Amino acid sequence: MSEQTPKFKVTIDNITIEVPAGTTILNAAREIGGDVTPPAMCYYSKLEGSGGKCRTCLVEVSKGSEKDPRPMPKLVASCRTTVMDGMEVKNMTSPKVVEARKGVVEMQLLNHPLDCPVCDQAGECHLQDLSYEHGSSTTRTEFERTTFSQEDIGEYIQLHKTRCILCYRCVFAANQLTGKREHGVLMRGDHAEISTFIGKALENEFIGNVIDVCPVGALTDKTFRFKNRVWFTKPVDAHRNCPTCSGKTRLWMRGEEVFRVTARKDKWGEVEEWICNDCRFHKKQASDWVIEGPSKIDRHSVISQNHYQGAVEAQPELVNEIIGKNPKLLFDIHEVSDVNREEIDLSKINGPAHSDNFLANQKAKHERKLKVGRNK
Amino acid sequence: MQRITNRAVEINRNPMTFGEKLYVPAILKGLSITLSHIVKKKATVSYPEKKRPFSPVFRGLHVLNRDEEGRERCTACGLCAVACPAEAITMEAAERKAGEENLYREEKYAAKYEINMLRCIFCGLCEEACPKDAIYMSETVMPANYTRQGMIYKKTDLLIPHPKKVNAN
Repeated sequence: MSEQTPKFKVTIDNITIEVPAGTTILNAAREIGGDVTPPAMCYYSKLEGSGGKCRTCLVEVSKGSEKDPRPMPKLVASCRTTVMDGMEVKNMTSPKVVEARKGVVEMQLLNHPLDCPVCDQAGECHLQDLSYEHGSSTTRTEFERTTFSQEDIGEYIQLHKTRCILCYRCVFAANQLTGKREHGVLMRGDHAEISTFIGKALENEFIGNVIDVCPVGALTDKTFRFKNRVWFTKPVDAHRNCPTCSGKTRLWMRGEEVFRVTARKDKWGEVEEWICNDCRFHKKQASDWVIEGPSKIDRHSVISQNHYQGAVEAQPELVNEIIGKNPKLLFDIHEVSDVNREEIDLSKINGPAHSDNFLANQKAKHERKLKVGRNK
Repeated sequence: MQRITNRAVEINRNPMTFGEKLYVPAILKGLSITLSHIVKKKATVSYPEKKRPFSPVFRGLHVLNRDEEGRERCTACGLCAVACPAEAITMEAAERKAGEENLYREEKYAAKYEINMLRCIFCGLCEEACPKDAIYMSETVMPANYTRQGMIYKKTDLLIPHPKKVNAN
């Protein structure tokens, strides 16, 4: 019979909670939830060995434990420090932590390009949230940002080394999910870059999960690249009978089109269940999926923009009953608009759309113009 | 009854006096007001011969900007569309191919960009949201159109002329 793990009492921002010994401060704070929880860019509860790299989760320990009440001399990384009995931790209540976090955000943004308008991660980027909530609006660096040459790592995943914050999450994910080390961080210090070894393409059934794991836009879905902005698509939970994975996913849809498939994420932005590449990259038809219903998205997220909660079902049309005839439609936007044409289905194109994808569209448009002209 | 303002005037409901019944003084008073307006400065201008100066914050027709080299600035980030309260803006993005660097400023660009002027309320939020200085509201008054079809402004209608090609002409 193994002994039951003793429970430790820990106070975080004046909220006391009992957690089993061996829990990290971060996980204890997550049990409390809310503003008490320090942000984490590199720690990922589902990846063994992650954490301790980004320093955003720094907290102040004002009382070490019941037995040794001295405070810890420096701020500690809460994802790597385990709780002690009677420990007192300050997160948002400590001005030292707030100031330090500001510095950490500034450091992370030193070499991060300001290309959010181009980046596909914008809207669900943890670094955006972090700098918005904890950072300052200016930078003091006078040096040029480091740039790396573009590298192609296969037809499904887009790698942007400049956007990488070196959190190592994808390295751990690739190691632990695929059992094969395929990519890693090369060089050191300022020259460190994320890469595959000698341009080797990643070919594993679960490698697509590195996209979900990436807190920034360094690894993004190539099949979704530039197709749409995250906040214009509507997330719905769906599942399918998949032989390789659980098949429980989140579809990002617009109308009937499935633009992107990702794993479902919990409130800490972590994947609930890993999904396979087949589900992620190849099942872009609504008919492939059993749709369960809209995903729950935080009201404060940009993704919930323009998505109406509790929308009223379509009402029966009574116009013809009242005025005795159907109203004459003077103008149909789809006849004129070039956007969202039937001839070009963006969600079905493999990879980002290019100018030649719209050429077929041009031809159809010309024919349409002739037709409209004749009708006049 | 409690008065909200002190501008209310008590109505005189007494029967008219002999002088008021003659109406002549009242007519003369009215005519003098009318005649005085002949010499006063007109409140209107005869548009389109004369035009009033615009207010510096006037928000007219949208334009899509180019940079100094004539490349389109818009990267189809969608911030104008999400900021638009009338949901008038739609777009479709594409990736820049090799050889198109002289056309588009960044690797992503708006292949299609449309503003539905029937929906637009000229609030200027798109201009404010744009991180790339791509969309601006000019000092041109939105022209009228005979058809509703003509009110859908495409990218060709919105883009400013190429600076170098204008100089060549």
